[in-house]
Amino acid sequence: MTRIIDEAQTRHIAELARLDLPAEELAGLTGDLGRILEYVRQLSELDTNGIEPTTHATDLPTHLRADEARPGLPVDVGLADAPERIGDGFGVPKIIE
Amino acid sequence: MADLCDLTLHGLARALKAGDVSSVEATEACLARAEATASLGAYLHLDREGALAAARAADARRAQDGAAGPLDGVPLGLKDIFLAEGLQATCASKILDGFVAPYDGFAVGKLRAAGAVLLGKLNMDEFAMGSSTEHSAYGAARNPWDPERVPGGSSGGSAVAVASGSAFGALGTDTGGSIRQPASLCGIVGMKPTYGRVSRYGVIAFASSLDQVGPMTKDVTDCGLLLGAIAGHDPFDSTSARAEVPDYLDGIEGGVAGMKLGVPKEYFVDGIDPEVRAAIDAALADYQRLGAELVEISLPHTPYAIATYYLICTAEASSNLARYDGVRYGARQGGDGDLKQMYFATRGAGFGGEVKRRIMLGTYVLSAGYYDAYCLKAQKVRTLFRRDFTAAFEKVDAIVTPTSPTAAFRLGECTDDPIHMYLSDIFTVSANLAGLPALSLPCGFTAGGLPIGLQLVGPHWSEPALLRAGRAYEREHEWHTRRPEVTS
Repeated sequence: MTRIIDEAQTRHIAELARLDLPAEELAGLTGDLGRILEYVRQLSELDTNGIEPTTHATDLPTHLRADEARPGLPVDVGLADAPERIGDGFGVPKIIE
Repeated sequence: MADLCDLTLHGLARALKAGDVSSVEATEACLARAEATASLGAYLHLDREGALAAARAADARRAQDGAAGPLDGVPLGLKDIFLAEGLQATCASKILDGFVAPYDGFAVGKLRAAGAVLLGKLNMDEFAMGSSTEHSAYGAARNPWDPERVPGGSSGGSAVAVASGSAFGALGTDTGGSIRQPASLCGIVGMKPTYGRVSRYGVIAFASSLDQVGPMTKDVTDCGLLLGAIAGHDPFDSTSARAEVPDYLDGIEGGVAGMKLGVPKEYFVDGIDPEVRAAIDAALADYQRLGAELVEISLPHTPYAIATYYLICTAEASSNLARYDGVRYGARQGGDGDLKQMYFATRGAGFGGEVKRRIMLGTYVLSAGYYDAYCLKAQKVRTLFRRDFTAAFEKVDAIVTPTSPTAAFRLGECTDDPIHMYLSDIFTVSANLAGLPALSLPCGFTAGGLPIGLQLVGPHWSEPALLRAGRAYEREHEWHTRRPEVTS
């Protein structure tokens, strides 16, 4: 079910995860991921045909609260931790030229 | 006041009520103890002024009407994963360096409303990923019983603070054992309640289908007291249960006569330390003597627990941690480039090695072509775990196991081998996979003087029975009254 991950795949996954990955960390991380994937391969020993997946462990219903407007965080509080503020919004670097 | 820090939470509550001690005195004692034990690395942030102000307010309330609740004026610590308005919340990560919480989470709000004094924020593995608190970006915490050893993790700072007397109790979070394993390694009591028992609102998310908030305390009575204070439905967490919150101290002295305790044959396998095994065997004999019936049970999927857990928790973590992108909070890097470059630089510099490893693994198993083989497979195996427990709880009221296969290991002993570290959670992760409540309490010491923990796992919502069984054991022993020598 698996093929052990190679460095090109590790680079691709880092791209998907939006992680800068210095070249010197690539080999170590690829090795770690390979060992972990090798370890979890044991699950293929189990027959799970016809078994429903579990995404939540208790059978409780989801309780939605009433759809009523209520005050949120004041703008200044919400922006207090922002690395960059522009007016009443979060500042970000340029997205398109 | 040398002994004040050794009081239990309920002992302090009694002393406060009797007027033998003030909240300011108790708070100053904790702050002094925290400073005297700073080398243990329990606290990431001590809020001296805020704590003393809260203590003075509690003393004033008590002087006025004398009818405050048991937590009023009691100094407590919070794992640095909880949002408490005005205090830092770093999750022990560089990526949240400087982040100050803009609001109180549910459990924190409940503690404040009950009058508790919040001492500060406690060390942990970064984003709660680890079993030793060595993955903190702000330095490892150390075990108060032997500073060359780890306190466990991820709620290691919480366990150290309670064990070393710099807090009368603490909140932790448990995704795969992160309350119970450090409680065990530090010789205190810790409980992971049923999934949904305590709101996760205002708790930084790691793996949302597994995360649960719980108490870490000096004894079982304290555990029930603190759980009762934080449990309950919260409109801001749709997975929090509407189930009524019982008085967890009611019936806690009821004993175990007639209780059926399951002993899973799969848990007593190779790899378990002989001293741990002997302590658990002795505890089982105690339970039998106290009138419980021991029943051998089978949890056949136990050997697959770690693999199942790591697939599910990393998938959920990679999604939850996508929010740390340098836009809304935390430490931004590469802000002079374009947006995408800023994401890469911020996340690359902000996350530590273990967090990156788990984000990468989670991203991999969620990616096209691998989802069915890994994620979906793990979720199906998770169903098999639930069935194992459902079958077991048809025969028994609770299951007894070690909390951790070994006592505290040495700093650095497991850091080079992630899987070795993961295996330290072998006895705890199943309860998270099945959403079950589980209690860890001290059940002995190794010849080298390190604490050993006993775990009790029960069906959903069986916290009262677990506390009763834990208390029945505790009454027979003095393990929980031992304190490490942390001040010279």
